[in-house]
Amino acid sequence: MEILQQKALDIRRDVLLSLSEAGSGHTGGSLGMADVFAILYFHQLKYKPTEPLWEGRDRLVLSIGHIAPVLYATLAHAGFFPKEELCTLRKLGSRLQGHPGRDHGLPGLELSAGSLGQGLSVGVGMALAARLKNANHKVVVICGDGELQEGSIWEAAMSAAHHRLDNLVVVVDRNGLQIDGKTVDVMNPEPLKEKWEAFGWRVMETNGNSIPDLMNAFEALWIPAGKPSCLLARTTMGKGVASIEGDYRWHGKAPDAQELVSFLNQLQ
Amino acid sequence: MEPFYSSRGFKATKEGFAEGLEQMGILYPKIVGLGADITASVGMDRFARSFPERFFSLGIAEQNCIGVAAGLALEGLLPVFSTYGVFSALRTTDQIRISLCYNNLHVIIGGAHAGISVGPDGATHQALEDIAVMRVMPNMTVLSPCDATQTALALKAAVEQCNGPVYLRYGRSPVPDFTPPDLAFRVGKGQILHEGNDACILATGHLVWEALQASYALAQQNIACRVVNLHTIKPIDTELIAGCTARFPFLVTAEEHQRSGGLGSAVAEVVTGCPNPVPVVRIGMEDRFGESGSPEELMEKYGLTARHLILAVRKMLR
Ligand SMILES: [Mg+2]
Repeated sequence: MEILQQKALDIRRDVLLSLSEAGSGHTGGSLGMADVFAILYFHQLKYKPTEPLWEGRDRLVLSIGHIAPVLYATLAHAGFFPKEELCTLRKLGSRLQGHPGRDHGLPGLELSAGSLGQGLSVGVGMALAARLKNANHKVVVICGDGELQEGSIWEAAMSAAHHRLDNLVVVVDRNGLQIDGKTVDVMNPEPLKEKWEAFGWRVMETNGNSIPDLMNAFEALWIPAGKPSCLLARTTMGKGVASIEGDYRWHGKAPDAQELVSFLNQLQ
Repeated sequence: MEPFYSSRGFKATKEGFAEGLEQMGILYPKIVGLGADITASVGMDRFARSFPERFFSLGIAEQNCIGVAAGLALEGLLPVFSTYGVFSALRTTDQIRISLCYNNLHVIIGGAHAGISVGPDGATHQALEDIAVMRVMPNMTVLSPCDATQTALALKAAVEQCNGPVYLRYGRSPVPDFTPPDLAFRVGKGQILHEGNDACILATGHLVWEALQASYALAQQNIACRVVNLHTIKPIDTELIAGCTARFPFLVTAEEHQRSGGLGSAVAEVVTGCPNPVPVVRIGMEDRFGESGSPEELMEKYGLTARHLILAVRKMLR
């Protein structure tokens, strides 16, 4: 447990360092999801960093490509590539594109993505493929709560339930915020639990910034239910840096040099 | 004079798609089919019946279909997804751009009901902008075969000769089926179906047949007209078009598509890069929507018949 908490802290630190070095990017969501990424990559998912395309690996699809910094920092800590490379984020020639781009050859990246609303459909395809091949790996898709405003998400949700894809899990980063402000003000996606259930999914809710709560939630999620599962993970945008927690203005902004010092000092 | 090509009868290119897909399904277990309803109408039904375990019904939700295809392709399967081109290419454009093209995944997208020869369904269902949108996508291959026999070969080529996303355009109405079954289909290589020294028509889809009829009629008037079938719109056959540019005083292009952005534009892009460019007369839809009517009535009204091609050639020769 403490190891995982330390991992989340390390990931947050590298998220801040890489974003500050890049000079632009999405700080709030990346920090908010650090605990989810820590538990996925250091407790839940099967993978081999030296063999990124290992057939038996669990697949993680990041549909909200804009929080790529947290994925990159996690992959580096998981051993897919050297941590030093994190400081190339968003720079010309980097394998760490502003939104994930497989064409640049970063190991551990399953999908080029960033146009919202597409990743869940891709996850459905991967889960169908796993069933066709009688493979027992899992497919995890990370979506945002603002992203659920995209109609194609619900097309994908319908199809996953129709095909009874119980090897598919979507984790919704439910921070209640998006670029323009509160999700309920921009376009209310609630009631989320009831919506996913009505679409034929098993739904669980948890505190997405609590390692113990996340651990319990995932253990329950892997028990087959004959249908796909949705984890509504309540997170705080900017989690870990008290001065920006819950501030939607930090959705799409990177810390400057001065802010970086202050943010790193606040990280605990 | 003997006709240049004789038709074995009328056959919709969607029949060629259905037959070709079933044959490929037998040869390649990695092929999976995705349906968005209307499977019989677009020629997906034969595959679905023959390989039910490899066919997934996804309903009227085309954007999702593209993403699902991407996921299957990432796992090493070869998805074939088809519906009307207005939906498969245009409703899904962003999904095609990011999930398929940016990821450079081998997926075959069928664009059925292409062109105005869709007929009575009217403007909403006549795909006339699909080539323009598909051919500007990086990594995409765009195929537009000229009859049912060639459509089956195009599908085979899309499976065997391509590694990235492919858009394969085909039509609804029965059209003459005339290409020899042993005429090799090389992606990116146009076909000179008839040779001539006075004029040159480059066509795609059913208008290749119209071009051959035009060429035959022109031959009676002592005008020898080369007919080129550009079944691949991307990658366009630069070498062949440059050769035509060097040899003929003008080129005529013909397609069931908007004049902007389609085959004519693709040809003109090559011609303008040649050392001695020549005029390119582009026959196609004049920046407008279609309407209901029989396929023949519509082709006549919108100027897409052999007669219109003859007029275009004669006008340029004057
Ligand atoms: Mg949000």
